[in-house]
Amino acid sequence: MTNVKKILRKIYGHSLFFPLTCLGIVLAVNLIKTPTFFQISLNNGVLYGYIIDILNRSSELIILAIGMTLVVAGSGGTDISVGAVSAVAGAITIYSLVGSMSSAVYRIPYGFAIILGLLGGIACGMFNGFLIAKLKIQPMVATLILFTAGRGIAQIITQGFILYVRNEPFKYLGNFIPGVPIPTPIFVAIMVILVTVLILKKTALGLYIQTVGINRKAARLVGLNSSLYIFLIYTFSGLCAGIAGMIITSRVYSIDANNAGLNIELDAILAVAIGGNSLAGGKFSLAGSIIGAITIQALTTSLYAMKVTADQLPVYKAIVVIIIVMLQSTELKRMVHSLYQKISNLIAGKKVA
Amino acid sequence: MKRVVGLLLVCLLGLFMWGCGKEAADQASKGTTDQKDDLIVVGYAQVGAESDWRTANTVSFQTTFVEENGYKLIFDDAQQKQENQIKAIRNFIQQEVDYIVLAPVVETGWETVLGEAKEAGIPVILSDRMIDVSDDSIYTAWVGGNFIKEGHDAVAWLDGYLKEQGRQDEQINIVTLQGTIGSSAQVGRTKGVEEKLPEHPNWVMLDRQTGEFTQSKGQEVMESFLKSYDDIDVVIAENDNMAFGAIDAIKAAGMDPGEDIIIIGYDAVKAAFEAMIAGDMNVSVECNPLHGPRVAEIIQKLEKGEKVEKIQYVDEGVFPAETAAELIDSRLY
Repeated sequence: MTNVKKILRKIYGHSLFFPLTCLGIVLAVNLIKTPTFFQISLNNGVLYGYIIDILNRSSELIILAIGMTLVVAGSGGTDISVGAVSAVAGAITIYSLVGSMSSAVYRIPYGFAIILGLLGGIACGMFNGFLIAKLKIQPMVATLILFTAGRGIAQIITQGFILYVRNEPFKYLGNFIPGVPIPTPIFVAIMVILVTVLILKKTALGLYIQTVGINRKAARLVGLNSSLYIFLIYTFSGLCAGIAGMIITSRVYSIDANNAGLNIELDAILAVAIGGNSLAGGKFSLAGSIIGAITIQALTTSLYAMKVTADQLPVYKAIVVIIIVMLQSTELKRMVHSLYQKISNLIAGKKVA
Repeated sequence: MKRVVGLLLVCLLGLFMWGCGKEAADQASKGTTDQKDDLIVVGYAQVGAESDWRTANTVSFQTTFVEENGYKLIFDDAQQKQENQIKAIRNFIQQEVDYIVLAPVVETGWETVLGEAKEAGIPVILSDRMIDVSDDSIYTAWVGGNFIKEGHDAVAWLDGYLKEQGRQDEQINIVTLQGTIGSSAQVGRTKGVEEKLPEHPNWVMLDRQTGEFTQSKGQEVMESFLKSYDDIDVVIAENDNMAFGAIDAIKAAGMDPGEDIIIIGYDAVKAAFEAMIAGDMNVSVECNPLHGPRVAEIIQKLEKGEKVEKIQYVDEGVFPAETAAELIDSRLY
């Protein structure tokens, strides 16, 4: 009996318990409302089904959430520029490929254009990192600059037009590679996860970032170059935004500077929060953020599948998000616990009397 | 060190603003000098340059109001901010322009500044979006597209097309990709289709969902529609970009858009003509951005002292795929 309790407590106490439960609940509702939700079939040579859609569509969010997790952990702030930065990166890539006219002919090799786009993302990240690590500007304020200016920059690059790339292989990154039944963005997301985990596990970087996040001054006193780590994590977040930008633009084989990655930064922050990470910095869980990202997409896709009308969509989303965030609140847990204890005491007291 | 950098930055900022200010002053002095030589001075407060449609709209004004036609256009790009437009209108009043054309960013908050224009005796002509005011005498006329009629046009085209195909008695299942909920294009186009639906009892509107006017959302929503419904015959996308997303989703599901599923779009942007030529799309209902000539017509009438109609719709066409190849080169946007 005590053993069972112990195991239960261990499961309950695990940091991924709540994120997983939330995802589980969102998916379970589908089981009742839309029984076909979990069907996966091979259609036209590719995997086809709601679950595949969720994984596919959440890929760029997962990538952004990974960058965001490190930013939150190391600096206790958020990078709200990632959506705009992904638009900048996409604009750079597409502009260098086709110039200011929609076309099918590449001006420079595809790989080179991708590298340019990613470098653009890194440059934006370095700019943020410089402002935050060196000039000690608050993260929210510093990244607000690119949040507002980023889309302007992307507009200047595209000259205010939606540029299309009319070249079939350009779509591979955001859709399917012929002959491969799994959407390419899923591979990209997995790659980003693997590389990040490898770097964090094989080096002490993960620990350093945590340390800096818990107490920047103390970290410096024990010999860690706090500023450097903060600079690096914002640069990394910029790179993640760049990669996400590549997927976003490839999905629609075009760059729409106004709408590419619009509001995705808020979803990325939400993913980190749903993943059970404290937005105040310090300890972090990448797995939690990834589950958080999938949960957000699962929610959107589920609401589509349940045929919620467009005007009610935001309301349902808000309700679910509020419940999820409340479930994670330690303060709420404490309140419920003390209430429970009071009630049980009351009942016990009555029995004694 | 920090102070030096800070000082430098401040200097740079000052220089930058001085440059901008000079440009505006130049424009202002030009405006007043030109007034002497009998040109009609028109101040145009544009929203910004957020889409190809908007750019075409701007170009239409810039090519209509040229000196050869007897106009002097003072153009202001508000970068999607109402306060910039209000500032621009006050500038126009100060410069004593003859007419003010306003493409409002938002519907509300115009009473004060347009009241000032009215007091100054400058007629205001609205372009594209409507404003929400209690006293509609503060603007002279409004020029724009009729979104409800665009919805009617789409239904009329579909009716004709189905008859052509001999499918007029079949059950036709329709899904709609709506625009951003609450935008006038979304409200008008949804309503236009809805009004005409009862005339076709064999048409079934299976579902409506917003794709927020973007291609990627359109694709995402269409993916979901395709999994929820086995037999979709028609997709109505409330702008062309969402139609492109729907086309990709349909292709990914192994069907042939334009053939298996009829695709209807709105706006008739150039890329839609490309899609129609490729056989992926069936029709696009125009949302005409070329307001310049119509506004010029109104101004000419006002110059002669004639009365003008308050609400004026621009002419809008329906462009089926058959006409796409010959028309694509004439499309400006």
